[in-house]
Amino acid sequence: MPCYYRRIVNLLEGVKKGDPLAVSRAISAAENGAAEGRALLDSIAPLVGRAVRMGFTGPPGVGKSTTIDALVQVLRAGGERVGVIAVDPTSPFTGGALLGDRIRMGKSTEDAGVFMRSMATRGSTGGLSRATQDAADILDASGAARILIETVGVGQSEVEIARAADLTVVILSPESGDGIQAMKSGILEIADLVLINKADRMGADKLEQDLRGAFDLRPSRREADIPILHSEAFRGKGIPELLAAVDRHLEARRKDGTFERRRQANMVRRLRSLAEYMIERNLWEENGAGGRLESMAKDVLNHSKTSYQAAELLVREALKSR
Amino acid sequence: MKAATKKKPPPAKTPSRKYRVLVAKPGLDGHDRGAKVVAAALRDAGFEVIYTGLHQTTEMIVNAALQEDADAVCVSILSGAHMTLFPEILGLMKKRKMTNVLLCGGGVIPPEDVKALNKMGVGRLFGPGTDTREIVTYLNEALPKLRA
Amino acid sequence: MSKPVGDVDKVRKASDGDSKGRSPGRSRFPLTVVPDAKFVYDPSDLENWDSTRDLGEPGSYPFTRGPYENMYRGRLWTMRMFSGFGTARDTNARFKYLLEHGQTGLSIAFDMPTLMGYDSDHARSRGEVGREGVAVCSLQDMETLFAGIPMADVSTSMTINPTACILLAFYVACAERQGVAATKLRGTIQNDMLKEYIAQKEWVYPPLPSMRIITDMMAFCADHVPKWNTISISGYHIREAGSTALQELAYTLMDGFTYVEFGMKAGIPVDAFAPRLSFFFNSHMNFFEEIAKFRAARRIWARHMKERYGAKNPDSWRLRFHTQTAGCSLTAQQPENNIVRTAVEALAGVLGGTQSLHTNSMDEALALPTEHAVKIALRTQQILAHECGLTDAIDPLAGSYFIEAMTNKMEEEAEKIFSTIEGMGGMIPAIERGYPQREIARAAYEFQKAVEEKRYINVGINDYVDPDPKVIPLLKVDARVERDQLAELKKLRKRRDNGAVKRALEEVGKAARGTANLMPPILAAVKVDVTLGEIVDELKKPFGEWREPPIYW
Repeated sequence: MPCYYRRIVNLLEGVKKGDPLAVSRAISAAENGAAEGRALLDSIAPLVGRAVRMGFTGPPGVGKSTTIDALVQVLRAGGERVGVIAVDPTSPFTGGALLGDRIRMGKSTEDAGVFMRSMATRGSTGGLSRATQDAADILDASGAARILIETVGVGQSEVEIARAADLTVVILSPESGDGIQAMKSGILEIADLVLINKADRMGADKLEQDLRGAFDLRPSRREADIPILHSEAFRGKGIPELLAAVDRHLEARRKDGTFERRRQANMVRRLRSLAEYMIERNLWEENGAGGRLESMAKDVLNHSKTSYQAAELLVREALKSR
Repeated sequence: MKAATKKKPPPAKTPSRKYRVLVAKPGLDGHDRGAKVVAAALRDAGFEVIYTGLHQTTEMIVNAALQEDADAVCVSILSGAHMTLFPEILGLMKKRKMTNVLLCGGGVIPPEDVKALNKMGVGRLFGPGTDTREIVTYLNEALPKLRA
Repeated sequence: MSKPVGDVDKVRKASDGDSKGRSPGRSRFPLTVVPDAKFVYDPSDLENWDSTRDLGEPGSYPFTRGPYENMYRGRLWTMRMFSGFGTARDTNARFKYLLEHGQTGLSIAFDMPTLMGYDSDHARSRGEVGREGVAVCSLQDMETLFAGIPMADVSTSMTINPTACILLAFYVACAERQGVAATKLRGTIQNDMLKEYIAQKEWVYPPLPSMRIITDMMAFCADHVPKWNTISISGYHIREAGSTALQELAYTLMDGFTYVEFGMKAGIPVDAFAPRLSFFFNSHMNFFEEIAKFRAARRIWARHMKERYGAKNPDSWRLRFHTQTAGCSLTAQQPENNIVRTAVEALAGVLGGTQSLHTNSMDEALALPTEHAVKIALRTQQILAHECGLTDAIDPLAGSYFIEAMTNKMEEEAEKIFSTIEGMGGMIPAIERGYPQREIARAAYEFQKAVEEKRYINVGINDYVDPDPKVIPLLKVDARVERDQLAELKKLRKRRDNGAVKRALEEVGKAARGTANLMPPILAAVKVDVTLGEIVDELKKPFGEWREPPIYW
């Protein structure tokens, strides 16, 4: 068997067995967009769908990493294998990223039943969803029962994360301004559960009241069902209760069909993103339309084409050569 | 699988390959100024830097490097415990079959010890007064060779 | 054969040839409050300055000129060289060497395991025993450390933080065995946990339990060890982590205010503990800024203690400090240059009115100092003390337009930082959020960039570089240290009454879960040979363990 295929087969076998080295290399292959990654993802597809994916988001400093670490410990005590993906932004100027969420992981790093991967957004449109979703698929296929995905709740990332997850937990804390900011930014649109962390601080109850008030103002019936929980993640307080609430929520959603409907809706969005990503890559990279941009721009500026005509020409050329 | 064997292998080119570097602080040493400066410099040079935080055991560092599929592990030690910690990390990396991962680092390490560690298989070690650009150049040159 | 006396022209030519690639601007110390554009200071810079209100007399409020009326005319600063390595026996020998050569106070450096709460035989201690300082796990180790050194006659500074309560207990119990009453003991224990979370990063428990331990120690010493300085509120490490001089000043004083508030909240009257708070600053290379920093520190502290906290005792307003020259300014390249750097930094400390001084040795960028190097560092202080006339007049730079303007500037800017931190709810919420840690990491990065871009010239590093680095002999810590220490510890664990150990630990745990002062049960425990690690582990149960917040910079 040619060595390229042997590599994929080896990776595939390793992923199925849950071998961390294989899982790790598989995630890289998928993330780097290599053809090897694509072949691997096609091969593991039949195994994907068993794990529950939970998204965690919230403003910086509320204790997301701490909460996730505490939750991982509770899940591990219950015997579940866990995957954690922590996403942080790539610098638009340098293309690099500082991924520091592992700092809170502590003892979990030595636990063979926990696999954590830090990922950078790498800036491209749909980049967050695609690579993170692929990584989640790989962890799923490797036998993780739950996959926890963490992002910082700024920009569009939290919305994308919600669309990658079966359920989303929004984490806030009583520090000044958090609650109001959250309501303004619409982060609560995507919350299935809200967790008020550092609940021992002053202002926790008021925050809960403000959130209830904001929920009550919304027309949708669904908001009334959103549980608001309290925790002190640093001490592990409130985390078993969080898990219980999550499991209750999931059971109810499975019963009334919402769970499947959400997966369907998420997959529709994912396919659209993926298709758009493929088209874009095709247009600019594989068909070299990027090279034509400069001359087209000159034509538009000296009035030999309109901008719409130029763009249409680029697209037609790309489609023709496929 | 049968259909796949008939097709030609796809081109080897990958669109955006980023180098991932794990910056680690092993042992009890709490001096993280250098590690953080290097982490920031590497980020500014386009690397994806995973910073482990302080007080890592060698097990934790190697596990992290494995899960993160790090191309390089940069260990910072200023406490004098380098002749214990570096060999331990090397041993664990070998055991986990992490070939093609570069182990390098820095801190306060006397020249004879640097030589001894290099002989064991540790890459370059950068001492006080190092220009971070030197580290960036080193990684940019060494890493493509490893993953070739 | 006689060597040539010195070819000055040759040296000059060689030096000029070294200075290639320098950026056209002048070398500027990064991130300083000293403005770039202004280079002449005159009376107009002191328009709002009032010498009675802002300067005062030495030894009087607001203490800008110094905490004492006579300063160095009454008594020289203490020459206190930080040292420690290997086993207690090795350090005992180094202490005796330094005392013989004129050092006037002892300062103990402990190894990483001791600092972090691990006994030498713990798995985490492997490879680290005796490397960064001396290993002290038991009362027996403390007795070996002070064998032949009369504890009634020396003042001792212990650089220890999360395990400070235990080391203090060791010290008090050891003195007792020498027949010295605790009331006679003089010294300082660093015991400043806030700066650990911010900068030095030695911790075991989270901030609130740490504050409890510290206030227990303050109360205990107020009653039993009245001559002991209970906290050395430190800026040194904050600076070493990369902060600016201003951040060093502001964060340190803010930490100080936090201790005062916690002490008062714990019911100890402010004038009962504040006089025993002392400070520890860095002295870096930006000469005039450092002097301004020291003077501003005294004035700010005095004002806040009197006006904000209502302290009545002038000893509570009086900021006293120890200085260490900046370790982070030392270069591994051309290490003899560090002798000069240390001298300049020491001079700034003296002109700033420090009460005690540690001067770094030239080889410390590379290793712990050799005897030869540490002697030069001590001689540096002695030369400053006796040959230069520095002690003739108190606060000789007072009235200088530049110095007073910079002192004012430091104070103004520090007050702004106090407001920012208060806006976050105080220093502890700021720490939990990662605010000072992030600011420091950023400043460190900016400093590095300034060096790499040659906006700041660092001789031997980015200019005047030697092509052939000279190798100087370095101190090596023998592996036998760890072996010896482990053997001693094994014997101790066998020899002692393990039943008594168990009971003593239970008492410590009980006190921790309640509100009783922790020092008495800890003192009782160390006397039956409970080890440091055992006490730390017992306290972890009710207090928990701290992990740093992820921060991005």
